[in-house]
Amino acid sequence: MRNNITRRKFVALASSSVAIAATPSWALTQDEARNLIDSLVAKINSVIGSGKPEATMIKELQGIFRRYADVQIMAQYALGVDGRRASASQKRAFGKAFEIYIARKYGKRFREFVGGKIEVKSSRKTKVGYEVKTTASLRGSAPFEVTFLVSSKSGKDLFFNMFIEGVNLLLTERTEIGALLDRNGGKIDKMIADLKKDG
Amino acid sequence: MSLSSPVRLFTKNVVLLFCTVIVTGCATNSGGSSDVIYDPNEDRNRKVHAFNVSLDKKIVRPVATKYSSALPDVIEDSIGNFASNLGQPSIMVNSVLQGDLQGVSLSATRFLTNSILGVGGLFNTAEKLGLKEHDTDFGETLYKWGAEEGKYVELPLLGPATVRSTTGIIVDLFTNPLSYAMSSPETYYGTLASTSAGLSARGRYASTIDSILYESADSYAQARLIYLQNRRFSLGDEGSFLSADDPYSDPYEDPYAQ
Repeated sequence: MRNNITRRKFVALASSSVAIAATPSWALTQDEARNLIDSLVAKINSVIGSGKPEATMIKELQGIFRRYADVQIMAQYALGVDGRRASASQKRAFGKAFEIYIARKYGKRFREFVGGKIEVKSSRKTKVGYEVKTTASLRGSAPFEVTFLVSSKSGKDLFFNMFIEGVNLLLTERTEIGALLDRNGGKIDKMIADLKKDG
Repeated sequence: MSLSSPVRLFTKNVVLLFCTVIVTGCATNSGGSSDVIYDPNEDRNRKVHAFNVSLDKKIVRPVATKYSSALPDVIEDSIGNFASNLGQPSIMVNSVLQGDLQGVSLSATRFLTNSILGVGGLFNTAEKLGLKEHDTDFGETLYKWGAEEGKYVELPLLGPATVRSTTGIIVDLFTNPLSYAMSSPETYYGTLASTSAGLSARGRYASTIDSILYESADSYAQARLIYLQNRRFSLGDEGSFLSADDPYSDPYEDPYAQ
């Protein structure tokens, strides 16, 4: 009898987990997308407000990126069409270098945000997930718009692109990586080495 | 100076301006659509860019960094407020030309509030009162009138622009009503204030500008891309980047796609 119940429970549990696994990846809800960015923004605000030295801020930002952003898809997009001729190990090495590069690049600019604040304003559905608009108010400048694109296609709710006053992060980084490749005669390994010392 | 003379001068320049617009209208129409990036004079632009970067490295950046760190933030903010307040009448004129009544009233209210309550524009009282800021220029007026964006250009000193926005800059120089209402020493205050405000911005956003000019692999391409995206965003012309590089396209489908 007990066994039976357990078995029934097991079956119910198993089928429900199948149901979860079968839930399409785009099933991220608007609230979930908004919550993700709310919590991201709270983290960023606390780093900005902490007054910690720059190196610490960059470290913390790297952690934030790892938790909230799909850095791997960002890296792949930044590599663009050149990614097709990259080997698996080159892709891995590039992904790693890109993660550090992006945290350093944006972390260095955190200084301008000190004393500022970011607020979530609105959200709406897009093809891939949700778009969450936020407003950043910094000292001595008019508030500006920072938009995050969120998706759960990676298996987790993560943001994969960001626009600052219309400037698309993915496009900017694709241009940067493309220029780095040009500078290195199109050689992927040399570009990765350059990216490591450059960021 | 009698009152009629600045008014006459203003009218004369407005007439002149319409001639310019007609000419640029034709010139920019041949300049292709605002699809992604149209930069047929890239070689020449790159030379100007190299000049701008070396000027920034040798003069603008060192002066701006010193200037921004030497002045207390309060004073820097006041100079910035003063310069931006002097720009309001020009914003008002452009709002009129765009038929944007809300813009007219926002810029007029802002100008009056900050000039009177904000002690001649030194304080941004309007913002403290929660008044929305409206910003526009003649380049935007041209956009609203249907002029094409035209070629991308990098201007000496001023940096990234398009043919349309350059026309706007030139026209705005002549149509700020304030420069006609004031006698000569006061008009320089405005120029001085905007130069100082520019230096402040260069100093304050040093790391952002540095990251574009000195830390990117191709600062020309990066400045061009950032300028065009941001300019189109502020004009509400966001469709232009969609055709080739749809920012909402799904990178998960094929991140390595062209």
